[in-house]
Amino acid sequence: MAELSDAMQSSYVLQIRGLTYRLPSGATLVSGLNLEVGRGQTLVLLGKSGSGKTTTLKLINRLLEPTEGEILVSGRTTTSWDPIRLRRGIGYVIQDAGLFPHWSVERNVALVPRLEQWPEERIRRRVKEMLDLVGLPADDFAKRRPSELSGGQKQRVGVARALAADPPILLMDEPFGALDPVTRAELQREFQALVARLEKTIVFVTHDVREALFLGTRIALLNHGRLVGNYLPREFVEASEPEVRAFAASLEPGEGSGLAQ
Amino acid sequence: MNWFDFVLRNRGEVLERSVEHVGLVGASMGIALLIGLPLGIALVRREKLQRWVLGGANIVQTIPSLALFGFLIPVPWIGGVGASTAIVALALYALLPILRNTCTGIAGVDPAVIEAARGMGMTPRQMLWQVQLPLAAPVLLAGIRVATVISIGVATIAAAIGAGGLGVFIFRGVAMVNNQVILAGAIPAAVLAVAADLALGAFQRSLASR
Repeated sequence: MAELSDAMQSSYVLQIRGLTYRLPSGATLVSGLNLEVGRGQTLVLLGKSGSGKTTTLKLINRLLEPTEGEILVSGRTTTSWDPIRLRRGIGYVIQDAGLFPHWSVERNVALVPRLEQWPEERIRRRVKEMLDLVGLPADDFAKRRPSELSGGQKQRVGVARALAADPPILLMDEPFGALDPVTRAELQREFQALVARLEKTIVFVTHDVREALFLGTRIALLNHGRLVGNYLPREFVEASEPEVRAFAASLEPGEGSGLAQ
Repeated sequence: MNWFDFVLRNRGEVLERSVEHVGLVGASMGIALLIGLPLGIALVRREKLQRWVLGGANIVQTIPSLALFGFLIPVPWIGGVGASTAIVALALYALLPILRNTCTGIAGVDPAVIEAARGMGMTPRQMLWQVQLPLAAPVLLAGIRVATVISIGVATIAAAIGAGGLGVFIFRGVAMVNNQVILAGAIPAAVLAVAADLALGAFQRSLASR
């Protein structure tokens, strides 16, 4: 049995065990979190602002250090990794894209491959491939500055940059949050198709239930730094916990105004 | 005899004093940059210390320049009468704008860019050279520009402690009660200041528009 459970564990690319993060001031942002993500799965961290979802993400790539508990990436605790190596193996996409404004699109996408000192020819091919993948033809977009892109295009470049060094894991912090509804839906659809093809293990932070249901293999609902539950999308819509109902209510006509009840 | 004739006849000395003047400003700016840039970078994340250091630099700025030159004369190693004392004093004046703009320039870089840079696995050194400094460059350069223009002006007073420069004409003219002699120092100094301001301003704009 022990062997079997070991084998089961190793199939998780990412494991979070008893994770707690406390600020020096004593405020607890994440409390006793336990989660696993299997290879090729998308785990959505859903919650209101201040629920600890972004903090959890930053604990995974060690932008923050856990106060208690541990996170295993490919079976190794993150604290045993060199943080720089760890981060280069984990793609990171944030809400405002965070593109370097003084670099061209091409150079932005080439960031991690160049840090990893790939040969220039390989970088060039990879950048073109990545731009094609996110629907921005290199001929048209490679030389542009981020200031010459729309919000949706910036976010596409952000995704291309995160994927460039082919990391097995992708962390996404409300990547489509700042986009207009039409562009957001378009990027969500394309992203889902992309994910299905690339088999990346993804942790995706959002406060949008529709997005969570659409993209998530599993949905982990957080509230005040605690895990309310970890659901399959179809379980989520039927779950009875009040926190889940509060989120599910925003799916009803009337957009969660409470009047639907 | 008008002013222009006077300068023409004394062009050798005017040129010599101008070169001295540029030398004083160049040397002091070099020292101020060598100290101010690394110190400013080191202070970005240390807010409390930053307040103290900037406060200190602010106080130096309020000391009248002639007094500062005087204070430095008895100081061992850097003091004494001559160019080295003047260079130290000028460097102290240049320090505040350089320090302040280094701190505000780097602190003003979009936090999303910094978060992405860290999250993608850049080392602190890579972030500094590839992201923070290039993005802070226009602000940094604005500080260098202010410091340079101030230094060119203050350097005229360095002649009072025997450091040479265009101030020599000014002090001599004051002693002789001769405006032509005063202007032989004042006008080239003003031209230098305007030229430096325009040149650094153009450079700053070219950086900002990149």
